Amino acid sequence: MIALGIEGTAWNLSVGVVNEKEVLVLENSPYIPPSGGIHPREAAQHHSEEIGKVLKKVFSKIDPEKIDLIAFSQGPGLGPCLRIVATAARTLALKLEKPLVGVNHCLAHVEVGKWTTKAKNPVAVYVSGGNTQIIAKRGKRYRVFGETLDIGLGNAIDKLARYMGLPHPGGPRIEELAKMGRRYLKLPYVVKGMDLSFSGVVTAAQKYYDAGEKKEDIAYSFQETTFSMVAEVSERAMAFLELDELLLVGGVGANKRLQEILRIMCEDRGAKFYAPPKELMGDNGAMIAYTGLLMYKHGYETKIEDSRVLPNFRIDEVEIRW
Amino acid sequence: MVEVYRGGEAEVRIYEDFVEKIRRRKRYRIRELDEEIRKKRTRAEARIISQARKAGVATPIILDVENDKIVMERIRGDELKDVMNEELCREVGKIVAKLHSAGIIHGDLTPRNMIYSEGKIYVIDFGLAFHSHEVEAKGVDLHVFIESLKAAYDNWERLKEAFLQGYLESGGSEEVLERLKEIEQRGRYIER
Repeated sequence: MIALGIEGTAWNLSVGVVNEKEVLVLENSPYIPPSGGIHPREAAQHHSEEIGKVLKKVFSKIDPEKIDLIAFSQGPGLGPCLRIVATAARTLALKLEKPLVGVNHCLAHVEVGKWTTKAKNPVAVYVSGGNTQIIAKRGKRYRVFGETLDIGLGNAIDKLARYMGLPHPGGPRIEELAKMGRRYLKLPYVVKGMDLSFSGVVTAAQKYYDAGEKKEDIAYSFQETTFSMVAEVSERAMAFLELDELLLVGGVGANKRLQEILRIMCEDRGAKFYAPPKELMGDNGAMIAYTGLLMYKHGYETKIEDSRVLPNFRIDEVEIRW
Repeated sequence: MVEVYRGGEAEVRIYEDFVEKIRRRKRYRIRELDEEIRKKRTRAEARIISQARKAGVATPIILDVENDKIVMERIRGDELKDVMNEELCREVGKIVAKLHSAGIIHGDLTPRNMIYSEGKIYVIDFGLAFHSHEVEAKGVDLHVFIESLKAAYDNWERLKEAFLQGYLESGGSEEVLERLKEIEQRGRYIER
């Protein structure tokens, strides 16, 4: 069976085609703001201009007739962006006369992670621009055991990067600077049970910049503090749920230092650490295609009239039948 | 004979007459950050245990506090989770009300963190405790305990009722109970 998936909840418009075994096609068209952060309307504008071109590229690599179903990310995400994706998916499904499957974006991150690693029943750490969650399966649902109480870690990193005058995307630049940092500057370390908070850390880091501290030291201190917070709540979740696998997913997961910190934490508890390949870590169409395929095989199908976007779609709203 | 339990954050070593709680070095954290956190939390926990005692809550007596280690009295008795009933659950409600009146949020209320000994309930782990007078923090504190009842007992609804009764009887506020209802309605907590 072959599924096509469209992702576009935020900055990255992406279309992927998969079968049960592998990713067949993956085409991306990331939205890069000329300055500042991502404006939902501008990102949506980008998606609507690009979706035709991206699909054209995909269909130059695979015959549309071979596709068995159309999956799309139905939420959570930015409303205007989601609507472009949903419209494209409905059009394709009607035109090709194929079933439509609406997919939860967070669930897709976790499922593609399990698919491409050996993780069986992991605690998943999902870190991206908008989301930071500790997720694990309990019964027939994935449940969120801990999460950010304010902004996502990726968003926090971007805010700091912009404040220090670094161009978009800020994440990789902060990572590079941090490698040259030597001096640890004290920052608030905010862990509440299994929940986290990042906005205070950003403010404190920005103050160091105003006070003339070196960018390198600020980036280093910021990463060490926030990544340790993520490791701590991950460890607490593993201890609490008595699980011994950790799966890192989401765009921030590409950060090598974050991977290292989580790997060390896992080693010390005798747990296994997993991370999917980089191209499937951030938002991508393949994860939507794969999860749509999994869902369709277990009886899920989204009728056109039920395919409205769900900007606040939570992972625990989906029953896991596999 | 030493029994060793390894939680997410700390190691608990149970000796004949005393218990050590040690926050071991976390290799994933850089040294400066790690030492600071362990020292700060150990001191805070020891302080909160003493404050809880002053507020009339039975806790182990602290024998010594070092950098990353708290040595405390060993309480011998039954784990509350094994002897739980409505009457005891009401007692737990009273204890939590006392903590909250003193501005202490336990942060990890479960029957596993309590020992029943000679007619008294001891609260033994304050590792996630912090100070707050906020309604939200108190509501979440109650919610965490109720979730743990739900996970462990079939008659959790009656236990919950007894718990909340005890809470009100000893000075817990209606406002916190209202907030608890709201917290229970929030997406992530809805039972399906």
